[in-house]
Amino acid sequence: MSREITITALKYNPSDCNSKPTFVDYKLQEEPGMTLYIALTKIKATVDHDLSSDFVCRAGICGACGMIINGKPKLACKTLTSDFKDGKIELLPLPTFPLIKDLSVDTGSWMKNMSIRVNSWIVTNEKTDISKLEKRIEPEVADEVFELDRCIECGLCVAGCSTAIMRKDFVGAVGLNRVARFSIDPHDERTDEDFYELIGDDEGIFGCMSLLACEDYCPKNLPLQSKIAYMRRKMIKV
Amino acid sequence: MSQENIIESLTGKTSKKKKSRIPAKLDFLQSATGLILAIFMIFHMLFVSTILISKDFMYSVTKAFELSFIFEGGSTVPVFISILIIFIIFIFHAFLAMRKFPISYKEVLRLKTHSDLMNHGDTKLWIIQVVTGFLLFFLGSVHLYIMLTNPGNIGPFASSDRVYSDTMWPLYILLLIAVEFHGAIGLYRLSVKWGWFEGSDPKKSRKRLKKAKWILSGVMLVLGAATLVAYMKIGAEHQSNYGERYTIQTEVQNAY
Repeated sequence: MSREITITALKYNPSDCNSKPTFVDYKLQEEPGMTLYIALTKIKATVDHDLSSDFVCRAGICGACGMIINGKPKLACKTLTSDFKDGKIELLPLPTFPLIKDLSVDTGSWMKNMSIRVNSWIVTNEKTDISKLEKRIEPEVADEVFELDRCIECGLCVAGCSTAIMRKDFVGAVGLNRVARFSIDPHDERTDEDFYELIGDDEGIFGCMSLLACEDYCPKNLPLQSKIAYMRRKMIKV
Repeated sequence: MSQENIIESLTGKTSKKKKSRIPAKLDFLQSATGLILAIFMIFHMLFVSTILISKDFMYSVTKAFELSFIFEGGSTVPVFISILIIFIIFIFHAFLAMRKFPISYKEVLRLKTHSDLMNHGDTKLWIIQVVTGFLLFFLGSVHLYIMLTNPGNIGPFASSDRVYSDTMWPLYILLLIAVEFHGAIGLYRLSVKWGWFEGSDPKKSRKRLKKAKWILSGVMLVLGAATLVAYMKIGAEHQSNYGERYTIQTEVQNAY
């Protein structure tokens, strides 16, 4: 027999002058294999059409459904309701990102600004000739680059980061991971001096306090601890 | 006012249109001063705890630091210089570490809520470091200033009199707890910050480092507490002869 679970969500619409931040309880019957994505969809379909939360892929790939689940930054689509033994689940929007409404935040603008800030693209003087094969690189190096490319920019690393919580200009592990990715990639001709110009300050690599919530809550298990340390060692030598 | 400073403060770039290298230096120096102080604290604890072996041994260690093998009867100058250097490093480290502290009400509220909600181990360790670091501004300064102005008063009786008769023991209890947590957490955080001992499996290495941190804290706290009790006991027994300085002969005379 399924149990009744209680989902408590913070509701607030900052663009509505009559809206006040408040916690709302939703009770529903748990189903086998129920994820928070399914639970929230059910709440929105049957109880509260006004509740806002973001989803796209339902498979831990798009990174849209990041939220604070019982205090921890997680993806709703990868979190089972059965993981919470007492059946009580509290949901909050991700901090550090602009709140759109309820559990929905604007990670897109933040990630776009971050990408522009760290020049998150290959910089090379080589002219691209699409009729020819790309310059070959060692498979081990390619693996290392692709490993860091797995980042889905869900924002959980930023939401878990104490520096980002306190200082809104901090580039976050996602930004530092981007720079590490391009610094490893032989297609990119930028030097360490060039990367220093992007992250060589207290809003960049030197703002990171190595608290490693980014590493611990990354849903893709990216090696953020080693890559941030790697970039720090490189930047200190510039 | 240098034009270079004006240019950088207004534009965020130096006159060569580059980012300043100062943040890199500050980050490195914060780690370097912390490492020096942590290593110093481990050896400091080992040296003061020689009282657990015997008064003679502690006395001979003290005399060795006074370079008694060079100067007849020892000199307080090397001790004074060592304490002064440590005091300067201590102040510099505090200055550098302060940059990371939450300062405003908003920052404190956000950090506290975030930490309480998330209950994340390493985040809580850092908050312990912030709190113990703040306490050390005062506790460490008092201790270092007293030692700086009394470099000759280190020894089995002099130190015990200070702990017991001069009522320094409450400060030393707090200092011991603050230093051992702050130092051990600091060494762990330095390792993960710079990627030391990462090996082939950084996650596994981090778990090992964390375990080592708890062991270090535990050993140092037990050793420190035992050492403090030893000085208290000697101080209580020596209260009637307050001010008398230890010599190996003194102990022999007292025995008869």
